[in-house]
Amino acid sequence: MGELLLLRCREIPGLRQLDVYRQSGGYEAVKKALTELKPEQLVEMVKVSNLRGRGGAGFPTGMKWSFLPKQTEKPVYLCVNADESEPGTFKDREIMEDDPHQLLEGIIITSYAIRCHTAYIYIRGEFALGVERLEAAIAEARATGLLGKNILGTGFDLDVWVHRGAGAYICGEETGLIESLEGKRAYPRIKPPFPAVYGLFGCPTIVNNVETLACVPHIVLRGADWFRAIGPEKSPGPKLFCVSGHVVRPGTYELPMGTSLREIIYTHAGGIPNGRKLKGVIPGGASMPVFTPEEIDVPMDMDSVQKAGSFLGSAGVMVMDDSVCMVWTLMVLERFFHHESCGQCTPCREGTGWLHRVLTHLEEGNANPRDVDLLLNIAGNMMGNTICALADAAAMPVRAFVTKYRAEFEQHAALGRCPLRPAGEEPHRAHG
Amino acid sequence: MPTVEIDGRKVEVADGKTVIQAAEQLGVEIPHYCWHPGLPIAGNCRMCLVEIEKQPKLQIACNTRVTDGMVVHTTSEKTKTAQKAVLEFLLINHPIDCPVCDQAGECKLQEYYMDYDRQKSRVPLPEKVRKKKAKPIGPLVILDQERCVLCSRCVRFVDEVTHTSDLAFYERGDHVELDLAPGKTFDNPYSGNVVDICPVGALTSRDFRFRARVWYLERAESVCGACANGCNIEIYHREGTIYRFQPRKNLDVNQYWMCDAGRLSYHGLQGEGRLTRPVVRGEDEFVPSTWGSALGAVAGRLGDIAKAYGPGSIGIIVSAEAPNEEIFLARKLGAALGAKLAGVSWSPPGAFHDDFLVKADKNPNTRGLALQGLADGVAAEALLAAAAGGTLRALVLHRVDATAWWPGAAAALERVPFLVVLGTDHRDAAQFADVVLPLATYAESDGTFTNFAGRVQRFRAAVEPPGEARPGWLALGELLERAGGAVAPARAEAAFAALAAECAPFAGSSYDALGESGCVAGAAPAG
Repeated sequence: MGELLLLRCREIPGLRQLDVYRQSGGYEAVKKALTELKPEQLVEMVKVSNLRGRGGAGFPTGMKWSFLPKQTEKPVYLCVNADESEPGTFKDREIMEDDPHQLLEGIIITSYAIRCHTAYIYIRGEFALGVERLEAAIAEARATGLLGKNILGTGFDLDVWVHRGAGAYICGEETGLIESLEGKRAYPRIKPPFPAVYGLFGCPTIVNNVETLACVPHIVLRGADWFRAIGPEKSPGPKLFCVSGHVVRPGTYELPMGTSLREIIYTHAGGIPNGRKLKGVIPGGASMPVFTPEEIDVPMDMDSVQKAGSFLGSAGVMVMDDSVCMVWTLMVLERFFHHESCGQCTPCREGTGWLHRVLTHLEEGNANPRDVDLLLNIAGNMMGNTICALADAAAMPVRAFVTKYRAEFEQHAALGRCPLRPAGEEPHRAHG
Repeated sequence: MPTVEIDGRKVEVADGKTVIQAAEQLGVEIPHYCWHPGLPIAGNCRMCLVEIEKQPKLQIACNTRVTDGMVVHTTSEKTKTAQKAVLEFLLINHPIDCPVCDQAGECKLQEYYMDYDRQKSRVPLPEKVRKKKAKPIGPLVILDQERCVLCSRCVRFVDEVTHTSDLAFYERGDHVELDLAPGKTFDNPYSGNVVDICPVGALTSRDFRFRARVWYLERAESVCGACANGCNIEIYHREGTIYRFQPRKNLDVNQYWMCDAGRLSYHGLQGEGRLTRPVVRGEDEFVPSTWGSALGAVAGRLGDIAKAYGPGSIGIIVSAEAPNEEIFLARKLGAALGAKLAGVSWSPPGAFHDDFLVKADKNPNTRGLALQGLADGVAAEALLAAAAGGTLRALVLHRVDATAWWPGAAAALERVPFLVVLGTDHRDAAQFADVVLPLATYAESDGTFTNFAGRVQRFRAAVEPPGEARPGWLALGELLERAGGAVAPARAEAAFAALAAECAPFAGSSYDALGESGCVAGAAPAG
């Protein structure tokens, strides 16, 4: 492995404390940005770096910032999307718990770049330790003039507030997050207007993921060209890959964007344990289409994964060996989306529950062969027909699982039980 | 002004119009649940998804602004597939209890199922999500959570129109349910409107439910008479009975809404106390009479008094419950008899009112009275004082409940030698009367009211008056003719035409010109 940037915390003990962080070159990027660069230069720098959002959609960060109105009477807000809830994803959590100042540095520079004076960190409610560490870091930064009024004597003011979510996946959708932050039910908004124009409290707002913001100080210190040179030019930079499931060394890996999925699984994560064979791998969190073992030579960057028929998403790499029942796996995924659909749009509200039911029937042996095509039909009726991407997130795995492992689905229907489970054994009960 | 092509037909629409509105302009209904012209756009039901050329995905017609050259397909295969899919999704957990549902017949699930779906269920019945049924949530509204399609119309109504936020959604996914917001009762003064805007049987009216299947009911366009606002309504009726009032769209008056008091006011129009036949005082008690002989007696006696005692010996008081036509005919009658004329507009002190629709003036035609110069309540009191003082020889009370608004009325009425009462219901004044003539309510007659803002609005007879009761314009018209005045008008419309010919604020107006939504008095329509 090469140099760690985003996960420097693994090499420097106590990095979450301000003095250690500063001794390790911390807040130099803030100093440089606030004293040497103008906001528009920073926006341009991030644009040129080709930094793309690490939350899942991979939207170019600099371009997002440039959508803010040039002239506005209203305050501009930065919302940090720290509601890391995509199943199989656990990268932002490590940054917040072990290197919170790296995030704060990214927040300060970004706020300066977008002329924002109030930033909110919307953090997943379950991340109690992350909240504690962030609050401590914010207190330290505030006490030493890195936050609050007149930061480092530059005249720039910024307050950062931590807001804990209350346990809904949909709050990670950027407009759902904004609604929730406003104290409302997290119903995603119809777009346009996008948050850059009409966001928090109706004001121009930028919503960026934790890892995205953590990249910003490094770009400021080392330059856009340096960043763009890491991995593919259109989708560059250091990237955190969350590897879980049937691998020898599950965990978060910081690797250059574009590292092949095979290398991630077999070299870094140590391959499949217990002499088992790879059956499938989800490359980007629960919402993203699964890859078969034949498809894992794909470079893990946004464009390459998309070209291969899936998405890099949150880079939650979930590895399944040949002991795994794909019907059961899909049932568990759909149970999640059924539970998390906000219930606003008809196709998602009703479709997620229906998918979950049909899959439960299949797994428990109560389905008929027509149900396999029914799954595809339901998913097709959901895709692209809703306000936010949750319906697509629920429908895409169905298409990929059923298409790529169709024989296993048909076998469930024909046998009247899960073929991977000895006859007579109780099926896994679905909850939800 | 962009031009859009919808299903091969082009239409030019105003800037900012949406596809659903443009289609409406062409007479094409794009099916929808959550969209309502009086509420903010939610875009959640997805029923209005349509195919728009050059757009990769289907778009919701309710939230898509028309751009010049846009080409929309509302009946293409893609659109039809989406419509069918959305209906199937909506019905997965719907109880399909139409036989016991009061919404049947005016339910958008039923209608759209027949128009856009018509497929068999692919979901086994026992698997439906169960929720609460028949839960009373306020004095007027009952909730069935299972029937709710979660379109959020009602939630947006209480958030954005009444600002009471009494309703909210709970839970997630297909377990989402509509219910009262914490600590609330659904008793805001406009609660009944959610029953109207609910596209399905989730919110039904405790006043109306199970009383009639809507397909048996007929409708008449009318104006609510419960206050001076003049909310436009439809009267639903059958075989002489009124079953409900519902608001009728008039953006200048009530938009799409009406208050609960107005909504329930139809009960007062068909109460126990209705007068059903003319009566005249006999030796000791009232004796039933016929219109012919009662009118003859009244005209004869008034004529004699006018002749014997001269101008000013007769008083006529008209209330602001009387339509414009009746006020006009009462004035003509007064002129023919040389009578003193007065108007009265009385409302109970402290009556509820707000800054939205409900007015403190509980009369439908106070402004109409004023436009004909009869708004001066002092003149009415002076007439009663004259009656009490014994100087008034005869008094005609037209839709006036004198005892309610003038404390000394009973004594005054007792002293009047000849008292004629025209009204709809038996009230205290009638007991002193020499002749009582039964009138139709505004639900039983054609006519016009002028609302607080001066808007003259038509109402149309929905049901027949009870017994021998007659429209006020007919009763006064015949009385006028018998008293030697003008020929009685053949219809309310003729009385209005005569008013328009003589009274400046109504000049140039006619029933045709008033149309469905009325016109402001003094602002005569062109042509």
